[in-house]
Amino acid sequence: MGASQTRSESVYQELMDKTGFSLEQIKNLKKRFLQLSGNEETISRENLDAIPALANNPIRKQIIEAFFDKRNQRSSEVGHLEEIGFEQFVMVMSHFRPPALRTSVEEREVMRKEKLQFLFNMHDTDNDGVITLVEYRKVVEELLSKSGAIGHEAARAIADAAMLEVASTNVPDMAPDDFYEGITFEHFEQILKGLEMESRMHIRFLDVDTSTMRCGKSTS
Amino acid sequence: MAVSPQFVRGSSSAFLTCLLLFTTFVSVSVVAGENNGTWGDTSRVSQVAEKKGEEVADSSVTHDQSNSSEHKKVFPVLSFNYDHVRTPFEISLWILLALLMKLGFHIIPRVSNVVPESCLLIVVGLLVGGIIKAIGEEAPVLDSKLFFLYLLPPIILDAGYFLPIRHFMENMGTILVFAVVGTLWNAFFVGGMMYAVCQIEGAQLGNVDLLSCLLFGSIISAVDPVAVLAVFEEIHINELLHILVFGESLLNDAVTVVLYHLFEEFSHAGTVTIVDALLGVVCFLVVSLGGILVGFFYGILGAFTSRFTSHTRVIEPLFVFLYSYMAYLSAEVFHLSGIMSLIACGVMMRPYVEANISHKSYTTIKYFLKMWSSVSETLIFIFLGVSTVAGPHAWNWTFVVFTVVICLVSRVLGVIGLTYVINKFRIVKLTKKDQFIVAYGGLRGAIAFSLGFLLTNSQMKNMFLTAIITVIFFTVFVQGMTIRPLVELLAVKKKKESKPSINEEIHTQFLDHLLTGIEDICGHYGHHHWKDKLNRFNKTYVKRLLIAGDRSTEPQLISFYNKLEMKQAMMLVESGSAAKLPTVVSSVSVQNIQPKDSSRRRAIPSISKSREQEIRKILRANLQKTRQRLRSYSRHDLMMDPFEDNLSEVRFRKQRVEMERRMSHYLTVPANRQEMTPVRKVCFEPEHKVFTYITDGESPKGQTSRPHPSSPDAVSLLHEDSQRDNQRSVLRAKGDTELRAKTPDNQEQQEQQEEEQVKLSRCLSDPGPNKDEEGDGSFHS
Repeated sequence: MGASQTRSESVYQELMDKTGFSLEQIKNLKKRFLQLSGNEETISRENLDAIPALANNPIRKQIIEAFFDKRNQRSSEVGHLEEIGFEQFVMVMSHFRPPALRTSVEEREVMRKEKLQFLFNMHDTDNDGVITLVEYRKVVEELLSKSGAIGHEAARAIADAAMLEVASTNVPDMAPDDFYEGITFEHFEQILKGLEMESRMHIRFLDVDTSTMRCGKSTS
Repeated sequence: MAVSPQFVRGSSSAFLTCLLLFTTFVSVSVVAGENNGTWGDTSRVSQVAEKKGEEVADSSVTHDQSNSSEHKKVFPVLSFNYDHVRTPFEISLWILLALLMKLGFHIIPRVSNVVPESCLLIVVGLLVGGIIKAIGEEAPVLDSKLFFLYLLPPIILDAGYFLPIRHFMENMGTILVFAVVGTLWNAFFVGGMMYAVCQIEGAQLGNVDLLSCLLFGSIISAVDPVAVLAVFEEIHINELLHILVFGESLLNDAVTVVLYHLFEEFSHAGTVTIVDALLGVVCFLVVSLGGILVGFFYGILGAFTSRFTSHTRVIEPLFVFLYSYMAYLSAEVFHLSGIMSLIACGVMMRPYVEANISHKSYTTIKYFLKMWSSVSETLIFIFLGVSTVAGPHAWNWTFVVFTVVICLVSRVLGVIGLTYVINKFRIVKLTKKDQFIVAYGGLRGAIAFSLGFLLTNSQMKNMFLTAIITVIFFTVFVQGMTIRPLVELLAVKKKKESKPSINEEIHTQFLDHLLTGIEDICGHYGHHHWKDKLNRFNKTYVKRLLIAGDRSTEPQLISFYNKLEMKQAMMLVESGSAAKLPTVVSSVSVQNIQPKDSSRRRAIPSISKSREQEIRKILRANLQKTRQRLRSYSRHDLMMDPFEDNLSEVRFRKQRVEMERRMSHYLTVPANRQEMTPVRKVCFEPEHKVFTYITDGESPKGQTSRPHPSSPDAVSLLHEDSQRDNQRSVLRAKGDTELRAKTPDNQEQQEQQEEEQVKLSRCLSDPGPNKDEEGDGSFHS
């Protein structure tokens, strides 16, 4: 990096336009990226795995996987990457931006769809566009995994009940022989309409540099 | 409510006449009580003497002698001694009046839609006060001690216990800013401006000094929780606004207490120094933090006590009430903020207590709190009306009018200014509409009145009281009545009427973890990080300490799920029909969602018809037996009234039909589905029905005892009697083996799963009567 401030700015300009972050925020993210990667150009799964604070998180694997999922890059590719660069890192982070005061209703809708799509991608691990019962069960199991040995049966029951709920609200008149394939994105949107994702799914991206604070660095 | 208008009108007019007669009766009793006062003692003593027929003290002897000198004493067949029961009689009459009023308003729907209840109650109070005054007697005034010690705590406890924590915490910063800074601003602005007004020539207010004005300002500036609750309850605005205004009204108590005492001290002392001001700030911190600590302390005590109440379920609600009341009183002893203490106690206690107590206790607590707070609120408003008529007034046009105007202005300015600052820090900004509602919802109420009443300087006290009452009336009547149409007009978002959804709960938790994870990846310790840390601390240490049994390790998702199922089961019973669950209005059922794709289990044949019949027969017999066992319980167990048996018999039959329908449905699908049903079934059975399955002596008659994997669990969950523990575990163990022996034609896999379920499928979060009687750990994997 070094001398040309303007060059890095113009490089970041593209990122800023694509993701909506401010320059300060991107710089902070860059610092964090370099911390995580050990000053390398790319981050691998092991780098993220090594964050100590994540160890207690029950859905750690899904979170890490989400960074390497091509679907979250706002392109139409599918599949997984082995390593991600800074642009992809920021792209994934941009899903967690809060809505500004002046966003219009349409913009909020777009934002909500994006965030819901992110969640959907996290659940739909086999990329087939629907969340099947098996996948949903896995989600609930993972959620309960850190809560002691409650076991598979309770998770199963909950996942089944949840699936039943989705099916009942979205496809109320099913004949006994019909089969509900899985939760499509539309159904997913419908079922989570009440949560107002655009206001809830965000974190505060700081405008100040926090790298001097002690945080869960993977490499020293 | 298809009642013909004439009938309603007729009945309501009859009702109103009765009400009028009743109020007259009330006033007469007050009068009678007054007259009884003088010779009460002697009459009571003579009464006793007459009853016992003994010679007593001199006073009675003289009385007797004086009586006997007139005529021979006749044995009194009927005597009148009102004084004996005067106080409780009057109290009951007042409360009865209040409640009848409340009843009356709801019979006349037209009025109650337009005018909020608080207004109507004040009007009633005015009427009653007017009647009493017309009779020429002195009306009871809203005594401050009565208000602060008896009328206010139930309302605050009700609010604090059912406070929506999530919203409260998310908006804590905003609420605190409004409560502290906003109230300070209001107090000083109103005080200062009123002092300026008092300087106006010709207003005859020259004797009001700055400190008194500031004192007045501090009394009038606080938003009142009672009034806010009363009005906001009826308009159903969205949770954010509700919690903002309501939270502010609760938290500003600390500020009000400090300011009030501060200015009162100063107005006696006469001068203020910088040291005093600093001490004031320190005092504020002490009052608020101290109050909260006291509340937490009692809350933890209460939670800890509830851990051991499994044997004495009947007194559980009392612990909640008493610990909370003690918290309030203890805080008041040290002049700390009683309201904050009460709130802190309720908030602290609730999650743990609810995990420990039985369902019935929970319902009792809920209803008692609602009942008491409702009565209190009604009484407060009525007394406010009566006091208005009764109290000495000193009306000063300038003062009063300016007070009202300045209060409004200062509120609006305060809200706008603070929101401007707050919005810089908030993610979800407050719009202009929100600001308007927050400003408009700043109602004053009885707290201001009581504080004014406590003032000692009688000269200005009357003038202040008049102004306070005017402001209260203005806010409650004008703002209270118009806020509903304004909310409609401005199209403010209303409260979501959503049912709890398992999907939303799953995703709420998922989001929490996701956001915590992202924050960790980002590297800064934000909101979610600390919340997560707190949750983990709570889970590992606090819950273990305060929650009985193994419910302490139950994850929240499972409790939620079980509660949901329980609610649905209850609804099923309530609806009383054999139809589907009300919430599931579709024809989708379990088999629609089961994956049809290949797994090994697909090859399993379905249960044969004969087996199905057998299972059904067994179930039926089992359930019948269950029913009979109910009668053999002891008195101290919470069980159904024998008089209710008929009704519940019908219900029971209906449920059985429903259950069998479901059973048949489940039984006809491939066997691998069965593993699910036990868990679901467990929770569908409402608690009062499924009791002991275990009997004394009636050892499992082989086949008839353990037909289905779910029954032992379902039943054992809600078992009452502790003595049967041992028997039960023995029976259960036997049952397992029998089960296994009985179903040789099922796969081993299924058996294994069933065994697991027997261990695992428990409605852990259903706090049934004797949840944790099951001390045996054989069911914890």
